Amino acid sequence: MRGFTRSIKLNDSISKTVLLSLYETMLRQRALEERVAELYKEGLIPGLAHPYIGQEAVAAGVCAALEKGDLIVSNHRGHGHSIAKGVSEQAIFSELMGKDTGMCLGLGGSMHSTDLQAGVVFSTAIVGGGIPLSVGVALALKMDKKANCVVCFFGDGATNTGAFHEALNLAAVWKLPVVFVCENNQYAVSVPVSKSTSARIFQRAQAYGIPGRFADGMNVLDVYAAATEAVSRAKKGEGPTLIECETYRYRGHGIYDSGLDYRTQEEINEWMSRDPIRALQQKLTTDKTATTEELEAIHSNVKSRVDEAVRFARDRPYPSEDLLTRFVWA
Amino acid sequence: MKTLSYAQAIHDALVEEMRRDEKVFVLGEDVARFGGAFKITKGLLDEFGAERVMDTPLSENAIIGAAMGAALMGYRPVAEIMYMDFLHECSDQLINHLPKMHFMTGGKLTAPAVIRTQYSLGRNTGAQHSQFFPSLYMNTPGIMVAAPSTPADAKGLLKTAIRGSNPVLFVECAALYGSKGEVPDGDYTIPFGRADMKRPGTDVTVVAVSRMVGEALSAADALASEGISVEVLDPRTLVPLDTDTILSSVKKTSRLITAEDSCGTCGVGAEIVARVSERAMDYLEGIERVACPDVPAPFSPPLQKAYMPGRDTIAKAVKKMMS
Repeated sequence: MRGFTRSIKLNDSISKTVLLSLYETMLRQRALEERVAELYKEGLIPGLAHPYIGQEAVAAGVCAALEKGDLIVSNHRGHGHSIAKGVSEQAIFSELMGKDTGMCLGLGGSMHSTDLQAGVVFSTAIVGGGIPLSVGVALALKMDKKANCVVCFFGDGATNTGAFHEALNLAAVWKLPVVFVCENNQYAVSVPVSKSTSARIFQRAQAYGIPGRFADGMNVLDVYAAATEAVSRAKKGEGPTLIECETYRYRGHGIYDSGLDYRTQEEINEWMSRDPIRALQQKLTTDKTATTEELEAIHSNVKSRVDEAVRFARDRPYPSEDLLTRFVWA
Repeated sequence: MKTLSYAQAIHDALVEEMRRDEKVFVLGEDVARFGGAFKITKGLLDEFGAERVMDTPLSENAIIGAAMGAALMGYRPVAEIMYMDFLHECSDQLINHLPKMHFMTGGKLTAPAVIRTQYSLGRNTGAQHSQFFPSLYMNTPGIMVAAPSTPADAKGLLKTAIRGSNPVLFVECAALYGSKGEVPDGDYTIPFGRADMKRPGTDVTVVAVSRMVGEALSAADALASEGISVEVLDPRTLVPLDTDTILSSVKKTSRLITAEDSCGTCGVGAEIVARVSERAMDYLEGIERVACPDVPAPFSPPLQKAYMPGRDTIAKAVKKMMS
């Protein structure tokens, strides 16, 4: 841990509705990922899946700062981004199981999500690859003179790709309405940030003459505050912001990885002791913003949503083979 | 009809499409005030302004990413990558992303971005500024590939590319920029996937790509005086590739020669030869690829001359086959 921890402060200007919605979003993200892990073991989800567990505060906090018409570009660890932006569990589970009720009709899989109604443009499976694309989306928003912005999510590993540097520079030169959100979960697969990354990630923004903002990625309200500021800048035509959210994935890089070959259980426990969901829950009840009963009702609602979505996706037939060639060409 | 250079025809296609559709815009290195390294976009900045003619940093991944992202949002960007060699700089966006957007999203996204580039073989630019490797993209489903050989084809194909719904790699040939030809008046387009018979013949079919079309025609002229009749086909687009036209020509002549400025191994000719072998084996009396050797392009002029295929290599291959 690197000393940037911030304690949760309840900002008076955040309404109860927003607080409960942040709480619900994080619960939905976690419940979905926990079920993904079970279904993977059962063989119902083939291929790769990269769990978001532990990082929920990032997408929940960022997407709460967005309005309708705002867009996101996501990455391989994208299930949590989709949930936070309003994609249904049905569409996600269907995609993960390779069914044609999935977001991408089962042609994408775990690492690809597109739901234009929700504002999820695309998620890429190539680390760093979504960043240049998000610059183009922002360029279109600017040319359309729309008062919207696009958020691009990526991990710490992506900040060492050339695409990151090319894209941040171009977005800065063109003053585009894009917010770059780096989820620094401490490891690019197994290599820790300290062994791969030359400076604090948010400090890299200086090189492009744009604001670099640190946020405690285990604190949904801190993320929300940072995102609100960056989104507002983007929409005012003041250009991009880089936000580094320091966070942690509790599980391995992918669902097949125990995550214990390169990390100690003590380290994992230390981060889990700052769990973003439990922290918000405690704050909400301690400050009497919500009753335990209210929170339990949200819990059980989330659980039944997941159950229902899994049942739905499981019962769908696999797509017919004609889907194989239908979308090569538009 | 009017006579235009290949460069002018491409320029005119851009201007006309930008006038026709305000969603068309141009981006790339030096494309604005400078008019592009090959002056194709000269004058566009004055007519269309900086919002539609954008200089970019030397960031090929960001150029393709910006074009792709805007295309997903309903724009029709035309990105210029200065040399085909530089496409390797942006292979992630150009190969891993752009051609797959429509497919990976179950048809929810379309990315009608046009990537213009040129190859410079023949201009003594050395191994990193001479490469022509369209077959790499023939092996990448989801992106169309055009490689025009005449001003008229270049103009009509570029218009089709800009108006279409798919990503297109549009490969120009720098050695041809100054070449002239008749171009139809007014607005016209040329469909993709339709080969053009540049010269009818009965003895040998030469399927030539880009610069080699002119070389093949020149060889055919010389061979005609020796009583050999060469049919020259220009596929014009490599994706989609008009296999049917090639097959019917080969069934008529029973001899196939392919000609291209790529290295031979896994080049365009390799694919054409494979398709013809699979579907017309019984008709074949001769088959040969004319291409560059599997060597990086040299600089020194005599070595470059030895390296490049051309009129004489094609004529030699034809005569060997006919003997």
